[in-house]
Amino acid sequence: MIEFQHVTKVYQSAGATTKAVDDVSFAVEEGEICVLLGPSGCGKTTLLRMVNRLIGLTNGDIIVNGRNINSVNPVELRRTIGYVIQQTGLFPNMTIFDNVCTVPKMLGWSRAKMHDRYEELMVMIGLDPKEYAKRFPWELSGGQQQRIGVARALAADPPVMLMDEPFGALDPIIRDHLQREFLKIQQTVKKTIVFVSHDLDEALTLGDKIAILKSGKLMQFGTPDEILSAPANDFVSSFIGADKSLKRLSLFTAGQLLQSRRITRICSSKPSVAVQMDTDLRTVLAHILADPNGEVSVLDKTGNCAGVIHYNDLARFLEDDSNEMEPAAN
Amino acid sequence: MELLAFFQSHWSEAVGLTLQHLRLVGASVGIAIVTGVPLGIYVSQKESLAEFILALAGMVMTIPSIAMFGILIPILSLINQGIGFLPAVIALILYSELPIIRNTYLAIKNVDPSVRDAAVGMGMTPRQRLLKVELPIAIPVIMAGVRVAVVMTIGIGAIAAYIGAGGLGVYIAQGISNSYTTMIQAGAVAVSVLAICADVILASVQRLYTPKRQATT
Repeated sequence: MIEFQHVTKVYQSAGATTKAVDDVSFAVEEGEICVLLGPSGCGKTTLLRMVNRLIGLTNGDIIVNGRNINSVNPVELRRTIGYVIQQTGLFPNMTIFDNVCTVPKMLGWSRAKMHDRYEELMVMIGLDPKEYAKRFPWELSGGQQQRIGVARALAADPPVMLMDEPFGALDPIIRDHLQREFLKIQQTVKKTIVFVSHDLDEALTLGDKIAILKSGKLMQFGTPDEILSAPANDFVSSFIGADKSLKRLSLFTAGQLLQSRRITRICSSKPSVAVQMDTDLRTVLAHILADPNGEVSVLDKTGNCAGVIHYNDLARFLEDDSNEMEPAAN
Repeated sequence: MELLAFFQSHWSEAVGLTLQHLRLVGASVGIAIVTGVPLGIYVSQKESLAEFILALAGMVMTIPSIAMFGILIPILSLINQGIGFLPAVIALILYSELPIIRNTYLAIKNVDPSVRDAAVGMGMTPRQRLLKVELPIAIPVIMAGVRVAVVMTIGIGAIAAYIGAGGLGVYIAQGISNSYTTMIQAGAVAVSVLAICADVILASVQRLYTPKRQATT
């Protein structure tokens, strides 16, 4: 768990003082991904770099797993916090093996233990351990380099990870792919992660919680659904944009809607299109718009019709801000 | 043909002078590396000092070698070493410092900031960062500086013969004073060949230390 308590960073230059981070307080729960989201210059990277003391606090406290970071030697602290950056920062003079094992080596692990850990991590990120062990970073593609960056951060199994736009420099297809892969890894490793992004879609995909920042101030902190359904102020509304309804629909599945609304309409009307229980509602809407009657049938796992969703069901769902549905785990 | 005949008749003498020349160059560049590399590393961490040190080293380069030897004679005469090996070595060290300090400084400065950020963020101490990341990345560029220093001091070292430091410059100096053209040519050719050989050898050493990355990009 990472607690930010009245965290403030003031820069003083030539008599002018700028508050890069201004009295920010929130907490990232154990095993959750919290995305720091905002336009450039909003202080999200500064906030991230304060957690491993790359930047010092002017005021306030950051507590990582019960320890105030200022009470820990910065070098020791950093070795217990995984760190991934956009430009990968892989060491060009070291092989992939040496890169991945940087922190274990500093911690004095045995050769055998490092080897086991290396193989485990490479399998996890989907790269052949043997093939890449003796290669150098420049021999790898951007996506592969970033995977190595993630593996390197995970090497010593730190409970906490800091990720500064790790997928920001990749093309959209690779980025999408790595985001999915990363979520899968997170489901097994369950790290507490602070993740910086300027991309709303990325934040909605990855974040259990999202902290929206503007000029160093925390605008809103909440789950993706909370932010889309109840933006705290005009800035958040305009940041999430006009298509927030569509974005919100993509957080839920057809199955969830059927359950919560108890839509038991029998499949008598035989809509032309059928979707699966785990199809997200945004895709469902697309099908509904293409259907002459404005409805689709939802099939359960056995292929039988579980219900029909009509356009009105979606509209009602969006109107109701306080629905009790939990967004689908991605 | 005269040149060949000259080398045939002066074979062992020429080898002796070459070794003397190499000793001069080796001692100066060796000392310049031992002092220049740490100094370059130091000023790369202390930006305020960097400009001053680099300007000073650059200024030294502008002093003509004959003048440099001239300056050193009265100073070193105080300890009865006005001419010979010592002033020559000191002058050559001073000339070697600039390429070595400058290249070390630039190489360390130019380490990708994201690589440095990752190193710090992962918990490396400043010492580990320098020894495991920054220096290994900087070595090819430092080596290039050493190469420049060696080739340059082989050339300048020829003039050291005028202050009695020996080396292949002896042929040039004696040839000029005796109007013995073949001897001048022999000295000049020998110095050039030595410089070219040293450059080729150091280039291959440099390649050895350069990750293939540089070759592909």
